[in-house]
Amino acid sequence: MRLSCPICGERDIREFYYQGADVALNRPAPDAGDDAWQDYVYLRDNQPGEHRDLWQHESGCGSWIVVSRNTVTHEVSGAKLAKEMKRAKA
Amino acid sequence: MRVAGKGQIDQSTPISFTFDGIQYRGFVGDTVASALLANDIRLMARSFKYHRPRGVLTAGSEEPNALMTVGRDGATDPNVRATVQEIYEGLELRSQNAWPSLEYDVMAVNDLASPFLGAGFYYKTFMWPRAFWERVYEPIIRRAAGLGALSGEKQSDKYERAYAHCDVLVIGAGPAGLMAALKAAKSGADVILADEDSVMGGRLNSETFEVDGQTGADWAAGIVEQMREMDNVRLMTRTTVSGVYDQGTFGALERVNHHTSVRDGKAPLETFWRIVAKQSILAAGAIERPIAFQNNDRPGIMTAGAVRSYLNRWGVAPGKAITIFANNDDAHRTAMDMLAAGVHVAAVIDSRFNVQALGDYTLIKGAYVCGTKGRKGLETITVRTSTGTQSISTDCLAMSGGWNPTVHLTCHMNGRPTWREDIASFVPTEGTIPNMTVAGACNGDFSTHACLRAGLEAATKAVTALGKTPGEIDAPQSEDTAYKMEPLWAVPGKGRAWVDFQNDVLVKDVKQAAVENFRSVEHMKRYTTQGMATDQGKNSNVTALALLADATGRGIPETGTTTFRPPYSPIAMAAFGAGAEGKGFAPERKTTSHMATIEDGAPMMEAGLWYRPSYFPIKGEKTWRQSCDREVGYVRNAVGVCDVSTLGKIDIQGPDAAELLDFVYTNMFSSLKVGRVRYGLMLREDGYVMDDGTTARLSGTHFVMTTTTAAAGAVMRHLEFATQVLRPELDVRLMSVTEQWAQFAVAGPQSRELLNGLLDQTLDNETWPFMACGDVSISGVKGRLFRISYSGEHAYEIAVPARYGDSLFRTLTAKTTEMAGGPYGVEALNVLRIEKGFITHAEIHGRVTAFDIGMGRMISAKKDCIGKTMAARDGLLDEGRERLMGFKPVGAVKQLTAGAHLYNEGDEATAELDKGYLTSVAFSPTLGHFMALGFVRGGPERLGDRLRMVDYMRQIETIVEVCDPVFFDPKGERTRG
Amino acid sequence: MRFSGLRVLKEGLTGNKGWTPHWRNPEPKAEYDVIIIGGGGHGLATAHYLASVHGITNVAVLEKGYLGGGNVGRNTTIVRANYGLPGNSEFYSHSLKLWEGLEEDLNYNVMHSQRGIINLFNSDGSRDAAARRGNQMVSQGDDAQLLDTAALRKMLPYLDFDQARFPIYGGLYHPRGGTARHDAVAWGFARAADQRGVDLIQQCEVTGIDVVDCVVKGVQTTRGPIRAKKIGITAAGRSSEVAAMAGMRLPIESHVLQAFVTEGLKPMIDTVITYEAGHFYISQSDKGGLVFGGSLDLYSSYASRGNLPMAEHVIESACTLMPAITKAKVLRSWGGIMDMSADGSPIIDKTHVDGLYVNCGWCYGGFKATPGSGHVFAHLMATDNPHPVATKHRLDRFRTGVGIMDEEASGSQHNLH
Repeated sequence: MRLSCPICGERDIREFYYQGADVALNRPAPDAGDDAWQDYVYLRDNQPGEHRDLWQHESGCGSWIVVSRNTVTHEVSGAKLAKEMKRAKA
Repeated sequence: MRVAGKGQIDQSTPISFTFDGIQYRGFVGDTVASALLANDIRLMARSFKYHRPRGVLTAGSEEPNALMTVGRDGATDPNVRATVQEIYEGLELRSQNAWPSLEYDVMAVNDLASPFLGAGFYYKTFMWPRAFWERVYEPIIRRAAGLGALSGEKQSDKYERAYAHCDVLVIGAGPAGLMAALKAAKSGADVILADEDSVMGGRLNSETFEVDGQTGADWAAGIVEQMREMDNVRLMTRTTVSGVYDQGTFGALERVNHHTSVRDGKAPLETFWRIVAKQSILAAGAIERPIAFQNNDRPGIMTAGAVRSYLNRWGVAPGKAITIFANNDDAHRTAMDMLAAGVHVAAVIDSRFNVQALGDYTLIKGAYVCGTKGRKGLETITVRTSTGTQSISTDCLAMSGGWNPTVHLTCHMNGRPTWREDIASFVPTEGTIPNMTVAGACNGDFSTHACLRAGLEAATKAVTALGKTPGEIDAPQSEDTAYKMEPLWAVPGKGRAWVDFQNDVLVKDVKQAAVENFRSVEHMKRYTTQGMATDQGKNSNVTALALLADATGRGIPETGTTTFRPPYSPIAMAAFGAGAEGKGFAPERKTTSHMATIEDGAPMMEAGLWYRPSYFPIKGEKTWRQSCDREVGYVRNAVGVCDVSTLGKIDIQGPDAAELLDFVYTNMFSSLKVGRVRYGLMLREDGYVMDDGTTARLSGTHFVMTTTTAAAGAVMRHLEFATQVLRPELDVRLMSVTEQWAQFAVAGPQSRELLNGLLDQTLDNETWPFMACGDVSISGVKGRLFRISYSGEHAYEIAVPARYGDSLFRTLTAKTTEMAGGPYGVEALNVLRIEKGFITHAEIHGRVTAFDIGMGRMISAKKDCIGKTMAARDGLLDEGRERLMGFKPVGAVKQLTAGAHLYNEGDEATAELDKGYLTSVAFSPTLGHFMALGFVRGGPERLGDRLRMVDYMRQIETIVEVCDPVFFDPKGERTRG
Repeated sequence: MRFSGLRVLKEGLTGNKGWTPHWRNPEPKAEYDVIIIGGGGHGLATAHYLASVHGITNVAVLEKGYLGGGNVGRNTTIVRANYGLPGNSEFYSHSLKLWEGLEEDLNYNVMHSQRGIINLFNSDGSRDAAARRGNQMVSQGDDAQLLDTAALRKMLPYLDFDQARFPIYGGLYHPRGGTARHDAVAWGFARAADQRGVDLIQQCEVTGIDVVDCVVKGVQTTRGPIRAKKIGITAAGRSSEVAAMAGMRLPIESHVLQAFVTEGLKPMIDTVITYEAGHFYISQSDKGGLVFGGSLDLYSSYASRGNLPMAEHVIESACTLMPAITKAKVLRSWGGIMDMSADGSPIIDKTHVDGLYVNCGWCYGGFKATPGSGHVFAHLMATDNPHPVATKHRLDRFRTGVGIMDEEASGSQHNLH
């Protein structure tokens, strides 16, 4: 599998660290309640098909990126810097 | 035997090789199979289950029968296909799966017992008595299993792994692949052309057609020569593309040196390639399928195309009286080629009525071969027509049930092939592999001209997708006959007819599976072991599922196929993991003091990827404990030095650096004064402890964090995550500087005295109190000093740029030694920290909370931090949790062991009554007894209680008293002094 | 039909004409007492124990593909009870005991082979962790021994004791651990359940779960609607997909795990060996193939296939640990979909929907759990109370923090377990 780092270009996944679904972009407020925190830390949609996940280009530039990927076909349709996506949300 | 005037190999210089100790001769370019057939050797192997005598079935990598062992000792290669292995002077081959010899194999008794050994028999028996499975039945089955054997020795050949990148990868160098590669290359694409054979050309080397007015082989050689001149083409022979992976990644095995005797360590025996291609063209050809009929597995029975290969390419007639049994026109070429070479063709038996002989041979139409004779080599066949049966003498039967396109690679990403009724075969389904185009016989195009055309079209498609203009090339003139066949899978009748030759799967096994309701093709495969042999069903899968379709009354498309998975051909583990032998498995990280430490005779131990000294033995010491106790004494009584560079160091700078630290640590760092160090505790977002360490504030916007050795990488990633994903608004930059700084602990009552003799400045308790930090210089070299202690003594850590590390360590060692101290290793470090109750990852092992280790109050109430919310869940604050305490022996046995469990005194040591466990144990030379850190339910509530410690593993049991985890200097006076 | 050596003999002598289907191909009925979604090992085992232990036989197992076609049909076949944490410890201990009587129970030879498992460790710290685990095992009533390198050199002379990057310090030996023939486990449970009247319905995909007022009513399938009072989900890697039909989100992420088998070779490796430094495990099948695997590919996936980096990494472990086997050729690799839970331990529980039960989160340890999982899940579904060895496997443990069983101590990141 190969991913496109927005900074470095296309690289083998050997260079990347996978963390999980991109839920981390939506960290709840400390007082958001049990449901919100359980959702954020533990529960996942985990449906087959289009998925957005968080990777770090650990052996490259160190960027955390949000990759749009199909979990059935492994087709990658895009990758953006997590930092920019989070800023765009703010 | 060789046929004069036939074959493409150079027959001027003979080569000798041995098979089962007997010497044979062949020529350069011969495979073991062609050379043995030239020597009239037909018996080459035994089958897996029934130990049936077997010869060669095919002329390619799909060979299921003729497997042998090559070489000896650490260079032993089992299960080598005689059809692939090229001969060289001195090549040694041995037969497999036969005892005492290939000729007389006692296990052939299985063949007689075959009525009892049908599909799935073992699921129905061997159940009584129960204990007999491991003791009696299974050992017998295991001994009978397997084909070749490993030598038992460390493998001694050289293997490599490599990467390659290209615009277009062309897989297969037959007519389609050659045309595709040439056109892609002439269109300006970077091309890799890979073919598993030693010579490019594919079937052109095995047939007698002309292409562009030349022999097919000459034409192919000419195209290859053209491409050899081009800088943008890489030709890879003996290279099997083995697997298709995501985003245009391919695995490929190059058999670099199997065809020579040279083992000088320069060229690898094999190279495993990872090829990344923007476009790919699959031109993998087709594999001829056998027909199932009674006793169709005898040596001398082979596929019709293989017989032509042996004749046309290697100049070998595999028999003196050839018969042919087929359901298609193509196989008649075998008769024509044999006749042209002057070999006797006894008969062509064709299952079709509507067929004409192409030449002067006996054609028996509408007929079947329904039996054969000849225990160790074919002697006669029985032919049945509508009018009766006849026996024909023959020593080589060439059979053809048609051709199966080699669709395998198109299925590696879960694609399923499509059934084509007209050719009674599966062809690739378009689009199953992104950016792959399929061309030629593997796509169901069976004439040479169709293959050439398809190759050109595929190249056009690939280079157009790359944005290049396709070069102008026309397909040369060639044979363009239609492929005519009528399906014939198995000849009806009694007896045993083989489908999967190696695994001895019979037509009746497939039928029995259907009767027992193993109707799914996957069930049938698994129940009968059909297709699970070393050829992975390349010769037999389509036939088997056609038989299953028939037995279950379904069509072949509804019956479906099993899944083709990588690798296409088996790959030696030594190639797949080349370079990882011994120390090559993982990088080795060495500190700047490594050389000096080794010179001192210290045994090194692994700490993650790092090496650290266990202890520094001196003359007269016999055990590690003696050294360790002495080194502990250095620190407690004088001064010791220890390399602590392996701890992670992260440089954190920026206006928001303090805010970041407040967010990732449980406690407050924004309040830390410049020139001071603070201990910090870090949680995972799920509320459990992640790591701990000290962080120093060098300026208002500049911190240096230390992490544990084990968690350095994870903490760096965690901080990057916090700054980029969680809090991107923070203006802060991070840099791992673990390797940039060499850092040494200088610990003990005389540490300040030592440093004052070393630094360019003078330290005192007022300007350099406990937890102070700042810049220092050592003989003009700028460094950093931290007054921190992991031993509970007055101690410092001194850091210098890594290039000065070796020199500083030697200087410190010399100075400590002058002061009745010296270097200490990880063992002493561990004792010192346990005496002080300091935790490591033995304690913060991933399942403990701040509350568990008595640091609950370190979670600041004034701010949010990672993990704070989840750490507040009821279950993580339960008083009954296992919590950190100290333990000392109070029973008759004075030894404690880490990993021992705890129970109430008087309780049985059973899981239900478990109260905790010990994590870190050491003998304290300072206190004169063993001590332990560990976890006990209720923690502080159990202070002073006596517990039973049981270690079943070390067979040690004693009584311990629960105590404070700080064993030594609980008030910390020595640290501050 | 009862299977026996005598039967094999008799059939062999009479042309093998008397064999009958292992199970029926029933049409789905309109209603069942219990529906199990997923005809893999756990679903089939659940059906078997519902029928044999609880007398509940009006049961359908709905399978969208073929029986045993999921992870039970593609794994490295290891059976063990060597867990270190309470909860898992008693559960796997229970499961192993069921394995030990499985052939008699099912009248099917699943080739459960107690050839022993050795977990090699590579540091003083991991020796202590192994001792802790071994002590848990023994205190649970299972078997474990701590072996030093001298003992290992005798048992496993082909390991590289001198050159391996991470030296071998010793091993935790679990003699009752071993392997079983994976397909036979699925088929044995299927046949036994079928014989007691359970309907095994293949090619029947569940497309919806009918819930009214938080009470389960039945399922929609590709073969029509089927009503049921109780429904159990045993869908492994596809658990999240099925649970979503009832409006649930699970603490699960699906990942691909690859495994590998070599060509058949004469016996060399007689036990199961695991190597912590590489997260590598290997055994040799009765057919002669070396069967081995390692870690997840580490990215979420439903593709049932993996990529080269992890494949190579797994084999690198073999190269450093046992260079005497690396002339073996990898014949086939495959990938399965693992239901990775947030603490690495399974969930066997009721749900917020009355009559809907879930059994998932087996990560890549589901095979050895097969009889245990089926047994305790049948107990839960039949009695509405958790089986005594499965009281901790609750769905709400993540919310409360009570009873989180993080065997790998790696936290809430699903792929790290």
